[in-house]
Amino acid sequence: MSIYLNADNKVIVQGITGREGLYHANRMNAYGTKVAGGVTPGKGGQTVDGFAVFDTVSEAKAKTGATTSVIFVPPPFAADAILEAANAGIELVVCITEGIPVHDMLKAVAALPPGVRLVGPNCPGLVSPGQALVGIMPGHVFQPGAVGLVSRSGTLTYEIVDLLTRAGIGQSTCVGIGGDPIIGTVFTDCLRAFEKDEHTRAVVIVGEIGGTDEEDAAKLIATREFTKPAVAFIGGRSAPEGKRMGHAGAIVSGGTGTAQAKVEAFGAVNVPVADSPAQIPALVERILAKAGRA
Amino acid sequence: MRLLEYQGKELFAKAGIPVPKGRVTASVDEAVTIMREAPAPSVVKAQVLIGGRGKAGGIKFCSNAEDVKEPARAILGMRIANAQNPQGEVAKRVWIEQRLDIDKEMYLSITVDRASKRPIVIASSVGGMDIEEVAHTNPGAIVKRTIDPATGYWPYIGRSIAKEAAMPLGVMAQFSSILGKLYDLFFSAGALLLEINPLAITKDGKLIASDAKVEIDDNGLFRHPEFDAWKTAGEEDPLKARAVKAGLGENNYVGLSGDVGIIGNGAGLVMATLDAVTSAGGKPANFLDVGGGARADLMRDAVDIVTSNPNVKSLFINIFGGITRGDEVANGLVAALQGGSWSTDKLVIRLTGTNEKEGRAVLEQHGIAAVETMNEGARVAVDLAKK
Repeated sequence: MSIYLNADNKVIVQGITGREGLYHANRMNAYGTKVAGGVTPGKGGQTVDGFAVFDTVSEAKAKTGATTSVIFVPPPFAADAILEAANAGIELVVCITEGIPVHDMLKAVAALPPGVRLVGPNCPGLVSPGQALVGIMPGHVFQPGAVGLVSRSGTLTYEIVDLLTRAGIGQSTCVGIGGDPIIGTVFTDCLRAFEKDEHTRAVVIVGEIGGTDEEDAAKLIATREFTKPAVAFIGGRSAPEGKRMGHAGAIVSGGTGTAQAKVEAFGAVNVPVADSPAQIPALVERILAKAGRA
Repeated sequence: MRLLEYQGKELFAKAGIPVPKGRVTASVDEAVTIMREAPAPSVVKAQVLIGGRGKAGGIKFCSNAEDVKEPARAILGMRIANAQNPQGEVAKRVWIEQRLDIDKEMYLSITVDRASKRPIVIASSVGGMDIEEVAHTNPGAIVKRTIDPATGYWPYIGRSIAKEAAMPLGVMAQFSSILGKLYDLFFSAGALLLEINPLAITKDGKLIASDAKVEIDDNGLFRHPEFDAWKTAGEEDPLKARAVKAGLGENNYVGLSGDVGIIGNGAGLVMATLDAVTSAGGKPANFLDVGGGARADLMRDAVDIVTSNPNVKSLFINIFGGITRGDEVANGLVAALQGGSWSTDKLVIRLTGTNEKEGRAVLEQHGIAAVETMNEGARVAVDLAKK
């Protein structure tokens, strides 16, 4: 079916009275996501575009039964919004906000109650095509199907999904985990979830320079904790050391985080790495055909 | 934002971390004054962010008002380069500090560990050289310890690190205290990296930060107006400064050494575009991410910024129209390019996503080359740069 998100998730929008929050609340609603309302402290009791506004997440959860929250709160207040949602009993917290101080995230992640799934920050959200969309992704490029996708990038995800959809390859769930150094959900979390999801037959991993998240994903494959066929892409192969390439987390420093190390890690566990996004659909077809024969 | 040594040492001193006495200057005359007021065996150090200043001659010695002239004259204005950055960086200032009588050099840093999502302390009783070199030649000499921000730093953590790193027992308490101050500073300054290399033990048994390497998280700078004065220090790229002024983030423009100008929306897509141009045999002149929405006004600024780089011979704009429809994006691009100084002969646009055919038709009506795929766009851009 999907991971983390399905047609039943009731969603509230933190920062719903802001321009971005309201715009995307309407878009998510139009996609078919159950948007149950939103939160803006001090604006409780109002209604915006038909969405009920609450002062606190606790109140919003009590009145709507929401289990999911998506955050469009400015960077200085976003870590606080994450912990408010997590401590109000929200199970899936998706933080879209870009530009949150790293130290706010270090503290927020350390204080996150067990069992709460945080996706992001600085991420485009997630989509289970045909069921629900939480975040800012363009819904029309997705198509229901059996291929999972997990990515550190936004527009590159849309690009790759668009290529897959045009090739007739639908998706189970696509998760944009975000481009920051400290994020709630990493590749290995998503791979473990995709492993359990019986409808997902293969996974596309869209990585980039910086950190060791891709190497950790390769380790999970080496230890057979993830056994489904996978294809990878690594952005930033031509990036120089020591420069942050757009994403705060996309930096090669002190010899770690290189594209080469990531490509080699996937190569060592027989995960094909596409040289360009355009090759991905054909690679997915190949690994699915190979798995079908096995 | 990376800090120069003297700025880092100022930060350390305020946090109670011992640093050598010193002063910064941008002129030979003032260097003479500094040494006249405090004659003592001293070190004159080039204030640059680039590594390898010692090898390049950026660190010299003096002891009085007379013998400071020559090193100060030599270093001020010196261009210091290394293998990663052959362009190098000009030393605009020198830091003159009292020479330490050093018995032993060690290493200490705190940075962000992405895998554990915690701050990580890296320490070694071997210091004064590149820590990656130590990691390579003597990995057993490095101790790494993550700290849970929920419990914070306690002195026993420092003592156990000192013990494990086989530091002299006499400095254990000092080390533990310095690490505590460094940990507090890591959060209070919003630092991505605090590095003391070498952390010196003087002949009289005192620990002192002989160097300071500091990087501050740009996303946290709004809480630190006190760093404003340091913001342009070390900034060598006027195009990046223009990009920030136009409303782009600190990381959205990166200057590179090639001749194919690149603009795209979304960091991942732009990185992939750079890779495609490189694969096609070209060299990117820059990385420029205009952000998810690809707004027309920002696009105009982006084109101006990228093409004012004299090395740029062709321009490749790669846009995925997500929420915004392709024809709207195309109209924005046409508006952005009209009235600009950049010739459409040296430009290729790759536009994909919703209504992409309509979008490409709009571009072609205005005489702008539009292609369907990223790889095709990369090939065209590389060819245009060679013409």
